[in-house]
Amino acid sequence: MKDMIEGYTTADGRQIGGVLMELKNITLRFGGVVAIKDISFDIREGEIRAIIGPNGAGKSSMLNVISGFYVPTEGEVWFRGERRPAMRPYQVARLGIARTFQNIALFDGMSVLDNIMTGRLTLMKSGLLSQALWMGKAAEEEDAHREKVEKIIDFLEIQNIRKTPVGRLPYGLKKRVELARALAAEPKILLLDEPMAGMNVEEKEDMCRFILDVNDEFGTTTVLIEHDMGVVMDLSDRVVVMDYGRKIGDGPPEEVRNNQDVIDAYLGVAHD
Amino acid sequence: MADQDVAEQFAQSIPALLAKNVERFGHRPAYREKEFGIWQSWTWAEAADEIRAMAMGFLSLGVERGDHIAIIGRNRPAHYWAMVAAQMCGAVPVPLYQDAVAEEMAYVLEHCGARFVVCGDQEQVDKVVEVEDRIHHIQHVMYTDKRGMRKYDHSRMNALEDIVAEGKAGHFRYQGEIAARIAELTYDSTCVMLYTSGTTGKPKGVVLSNRNIIETAKNSAAFDHLGPDEDVLAYLPMAWVGDFIFSIGQAMVAGFCVNCPESPATMMTDLREIGPTYFFAPPRIFETMLTNVMIRMEDAGDLKHGLFKHFMEFAKGTGEEFGMPRYRVKRSKPTLRRRLRWAYRFSMGIGFSIETMVENAVRLAIVRLRHPMEHRKYFTAKGPILNIYPQPLRDYFNYRTGDVTIYAPLKNTLGLSRIRVAYTAGEAIGPEIFEFYRSLGINLKQLYGQTEASVFITQQPDGQVRADTVGVPSPGVEVRIGENGEVFYRSPGTFVEYYNNPDSTASTKDAEGWVATGDAGFFEEGTGHLRIIDRAKDVGKMADGRLFAPKYVENKLKFYPNILEAVVFGAGRDRCTAFINIDLTAVGNWAERNNIAYASYQELAGHPRVYEMIREHIDEVNRSVAQDPMLSGCQIHRFLVLHKELDADDGEMTRTRKVRRNVIAEKYADLIAALYDGATSISTETEVTYEDGRKGAIKATLRIEDASVAPEGQIHREAAE
Repeated sequence: MKDMIEGYTTADGRQIGGVLMELKNITLRFGGVVAIKDISFDIREGEIRAIIGPNGAGKSSMLNVISGFYVPTEGEVWFRGERRPAMRPYQVARLGIARTFQNIALFDGMSVLDNIMTGRLTLMKSGLLSQALWMGKAAEEEDAHREKVEKIIDFLEIQNIRKTPVGRLPYGLKKRVELARALAAEPKILLLDEPMAGMNVEEKEDMCRFILDVNDEFGTTTVLIEHDMGVVMDLSDRVVVMDYGRKIGDGPPEEVRNNQDVIDAYLGVAHD
Repeated sequence: MADQDVAEQFAQSIPALLAKNVERFGHRPAYREKEFGIWQSWTWAEAADEIRAMAMGFLSLGVERGDHIAIIGRNRPAHYWAMVAAQMCGAVPVPLYQDAVAEEMAYVLEHCGARFVVCGDQEQVDKVVEVEDRIHHIQHVMYTDKRGMRKYDHSRMNALEDIVAEGKAGHFRYQGEIAARIAELTYDSTCVMLYTSGTTGKPKGVVLSNRNIIETAKNSAAFDHLGPDEDVLAYLPMAWVGDFIFSIGQAMVAGFCVNCPESPATMMTDLREIGPTYFFAPPRIFETMLTNVMIRMEDAGDLKHGLFKHFMEFAKGTGEEFGMPRYRVKRSKPTLRRRLRWAYRFSMGIGFSIETMVENAVRLAIVRLRHPMEHRKYFTAKGPILNIYPQPLRDYFNYRTGDVTIYAPLKNTLGLSRIRVAYTAGEAIGPEIFEFYRSLGINLKQLYGQTEASVFITQQPDGQVRADTVGVPSPGVEVRIGENGEVFYRSPGTFVEYYNNPDSTASTKDAEGWVATGDAGFFEEGTGHLRIIDRAKDVGKMADGRLFAPKYVENKLKFYPNILEAVVFGAGRDRCTAFINIDLTAVGNWAERNNIAYASYQELAGHPRVYEMIREHIDEVNRSVAQDPMLSGCQIHRFLVLHKELDADDGEMTRTRKVRRNVIAEKYADLIAALYDGATSISTETEVTYEDGRKGAIKATLRIEDASVAPEGQIHREAAE
């Protein structure tokens, strides 16, 4: 098994660093419903970590715990060697955790460019007044941010829809814009909630390529939830499998694939 | 003037022209590319520095004289520079089609023996890597876009910008060598090697010398008065000879700016932002633009819709006269008189258009009251009521009004506002599409050319533009018609040879330099314009010896939206007949609007009113064919509408949707016989192949109808009058 402190090198030559985030004994309850039951796992720097599981397994809740939207009932979230206190989501965003949503959450009336610019809000320093008056540092700052955004637009190959209102775009492109917005925040950890749901094969392939390229180019640590097993097995370095709020498997894709609990969870068990 | 001639004598290669442009236009933009949402630009001086550095970088890799450097990628300044840099090293650039699959690419790479390859991005690199193990002579691969390239084996691979940096660093080491190699270039050394698309057989490498490119570019730039302030958008495949002539040949000779779009998908937006003054597009692009305009006009408000219809109708007759850009007479400063005239016309245009819009809005409101449901049907826009001018002036002001309300905004939306010269070529363009652009005041012209001729064989001079000809021989080009109607040409642009293929060279180009085009055509009497009728091998003779050009007639038929395909028969017969395939979308739409019920394609095809409609189309085509003394024998005497669509699955067409004449003649022999024996109907059974490969049969009884044939002499006289 891999060394827990030091990183390792994947088969295709990427460097995976040490532990970036560690989730320790997370339990999440909504009243009497237990969404997550005592789950622990870690996320290493630079890796693509997948969370899979049948419907209602608690994957999205887990993502919400990571993104700080839910505060776990029990357990601790350790980020970069420090225990993360309960935080508002915007504070978590400032720490460098960006996400996309299962149901696209973009501003429909705004152009693609403006939508992606909103991703950089957490990084903007100039005050409300100077931004409103478009004076002093604000203009300069916006230029710098725009440059970064243009690089992302170029990277995700959405130049042709730069000025198009998001509401007019097809689903696959909206997903891509959402990824762009998450990337614009220059995240340490990128959380993708079903980035490929409802896409056709070609769009899925494109999205896979982008996720791999993002990881490869920017070294962004990526956590993704996905149902398409082929995609998960191809993309991810390590996989967490959840079922009914419990963790039933954790490890590299091949290992998880052969795990009896995982097979049972997906295919069902005969009750005799 | 004399000085200039002397100077030009020395510019006998592209690198020499580049050096001259640095002197002449050093600080004017030479290349622009949109990147990161901003148009980045390079002046001639900056571009020349980059190209030099790149050439030195090539030297550091060991590029030898006579090497071939393959360039695969989309239109980017760096790729154009790579071509010129290759020439500086005495090497030959070979641009390849970037959408070619690895197999095709392998053949070309193998054939030209390229030791160096410049790729646009990872996709192209992958293709080269895929075939590399079979082609052993590739030594080094360079790429422009670094994205996704980190994981590759970089022992024989570099980013192009690193090569440029290497060249800059080795400036002192290589500058003597570069200067020597540029000095070695002569007018007859190879400028570029371009591969034909290879629709028939393997692609052939067409070798074009500096003389070919520079002479042709000079002549054609003079023909259209191209100057240093033109803007072109380079979006056509770099491997195509046209792009080389426009974006390198003419750009270097005339010194104008080449603009590269951000990505293929943004071509239309970039077109609008740049507003080129000189533009080339195949008919397909003009067609798509027009379709988009029409679709969006259908969704527009009633007033706009009405005005659009009215003014487009008006422009049909007058656009040619009032709309065309006049050639700028070089005057240092506009005189007060001209300024006043311009201001007067401009304000008149705006005044009339406000009046027109208000009047029509009021009329539309009244029409709406009377016909609340169908006001679009009853409302037609009108020009201004206030007519205080005599007729010719009234037309002029009407056109100005249209310009302010419709033409100018429309041209602006299309990105064609600044066009002075636009060309289309490659295939026949529909007359109504051609007319649409012409009437907007866009100087759209046709040319006829080939890779082997460095593009230009014939082109249309300003003021003599028509949809059905391809113009008069370009300056410096001689054209003659062979005995079988085939077009031959001889020009300064005639290619040197096919690379490593003396047999093909000999069979295409004879000892005196005449090149066979493979197309049949004839010169129109009176105007001297060339008209291309068909591929020479498809043109036949009728029983009485008259020319039979099926594709010429078929194309005319296919311009009608209702007709999807047509097959004309008549070789060796006394008269022509035709099979017609209706277009289910267009005719189905028409049937719906006219309350014609139908259950199947077959039923619709056999409907008497469809027959009636098709006959009208054929009658029109016959009338227009009759105007050609050469081709008047090709009028269609009898026709039938086929009960099934011609299909590639049944082998009746090629995959690129070209009709396979002999297969059809064999398969439908009974129908053809019926067309000629005077029967009025025929029962037939046809085997069809379904998409899943199963076979079935369709039985049908087809009616055969006569079309009215126009007497040729009379019509011809009318047309002449």
